[in-house]
Amino acid sequence: MGERLLNLGLALTIFAVCWTALAAALRRDIMPYPWQVLPVFVSEMRGDLWDHTVASTARVLKAIVFATLIATPVGLGLGQIRALNRVFSPLIGLVHPIPKIVFLPVILVIMGVGETSKVFLIALILFFQILVVVRDEAASLRPELIQSVRSLGAGRRALFRFVYLPASLPAVLTALRVSVGTAIAVLFIAEQYSTRQGLGYYIVTLTWQRLRYEKMYAGILAMSLLGLVLYLIVDALERVVGRWRQAGES
Amino acid sequence: MITIENLTFRYGPRATPVFLGFSWHVAPGEAWSIIGPSGCGKTTLLMLIAGLRRATSGTIRVGNTIITRPRPETGLILQDFGLLPWATVWDNVALGLRVRRFYGPDGKHAPRGQPPPSRKEARRMVEEWLRRLNIYEQRDKFPGAISGGQRQRTAIARTLALQPDLLLMDEPFSSLDAPTREDLQNLILQLRAEIGLTSVIVTHAIEEAAILGRKILVLGQPPNTAPLVVENPGAGAPGYRSTVDFLDKCTELRTLMGLAH
Repeated sequence: MGERLLNLGLALTIFAVCWTALAAALRRDIMPYPWQVLPVFVSEMRGDLWDHTVASTARVLKAIVFATLIATPVGLGLGQIRALNRVFSPLIGLVHPIPKIVFLPVILVIMGVGETSKVFLIALILFFQILVVVRDEAASLRPELIQSVRSLGAGRRALFRFVYLPASLPAVLTALRVSVGTAIAVLFIAEQYSTRQGLGYYIVTLTWQRLRYEKMYAGILAMSLLGLVLYLIVDALERVVGRWRQAGES
Repeated sequence: MITIENLTFRYGPRATPVFLGFSWHVAPGEAWSIIGPSGCGKTTLLMLIAGLRRATSGTIRVGNTIITRPRPETGLILQDFGLLPWATVWDNVALGLRVRRFYGPDGKHAPRGQPPPSRKEARRMVEEWLRRLNIYEQRDKFPGAISGGQRQRTAIARTLALQPDLLLMDEPFSSLDAPTREDLQNLILQLRAEIGLTSVIVTHAIEEAAILGRKILVLGQPPNTAPLVVENPGAGAPGYRSTVDFLDKCTELRTLMGLAH
């Protein structure tokens, strides 16, 4: 743990050095120094920026909950029922690589320009990622394992509680870890439309278009931190749940 | 304990039946081995008794139950230990007791009329079985980090913690090295003498069948229509594996399996 903190500190230092070097090389308003941005970040966080961060965080979290609740059971079903997987796998293979952001116009028309369409778009990205990883994890549960747990008396509900749920939890976390960055990128774009709340709106409309570059960087910093914190939480959870993997496969 | 009447089983409507009008009886307290060449249906028979497969026709009765689903008082141990890879040895041994508490004594998933053990009681039982099978020191390790013999001990502890009256084993020791296998065979003999449960072990190893089975069911190429039974009263006696009787019995089985081909 100490080593990980040290690594994080080292990474932050290198990041600050690169930022400063870039600012010194460019010498333009669009690239201020870190010490110009940090005080603005702190004061903005005490004001409006905090609300925008909360709004964006809420959207991502809603999307995570929504996508997990739907993708996990579907993934488990596809992984365990071969006939279903044969039918749906080609379809998933076809849709999975499509960047979901291209559906933004369609989603806006169908679901309206409000909150729902933004959350839905992010959830869509997470959905396919979780679906695919949970499906593969469920498919790797050997029939012998299921049979021996059934022989202990487990029916459908106990299998879910003692086998499928603990087996899919690490899969969900892996999927979230690799896709949370993409989700936040898409959130940024989705927040350009018909909202006055969120970091995407803050960065583009409130600051960039008004040439308030220090504030813009405060927004960029907030969005980076949102991604970083989510990633670190998921990564830490994954370590706890996946402890057994480090002990070797059985 | 087990009564099979007129059993027919086939894997598909056009497949050769593995069993055709097959009847077989196991009395309480008996120790059986089932042996035969691969593809003879020995594992299938065990899965049918365990309630993990359904007979095409005929009835299988275990105790007072006609088997249509796993019976809570039957214990099953598989070759591929079937442990949860993400759970520690302790949690794996506790799994069956947790499943029982999860359902309560519904008669379907857990024995009726016998309240499931409380948490405290379950902890005591898990600890007792871990110590009895000599894996207490491994209790916090994951299955991937212990030896094959310890994994199979974990699987045995998990099954016996549920106090079964019938123990079914499918090739339980075939992936283990010779000394570990002999060690676990002795453990099974010892536990069987202590608890007095009925046991059926499926194996492809002639020596193992003769060591563990006081009666040996020899299956041949499908369809199996009638049981071929070899009496082996010496099994379980100390030092049986180095007697002339044992070697004779192995020769007899070998001949029978040659004929069965």
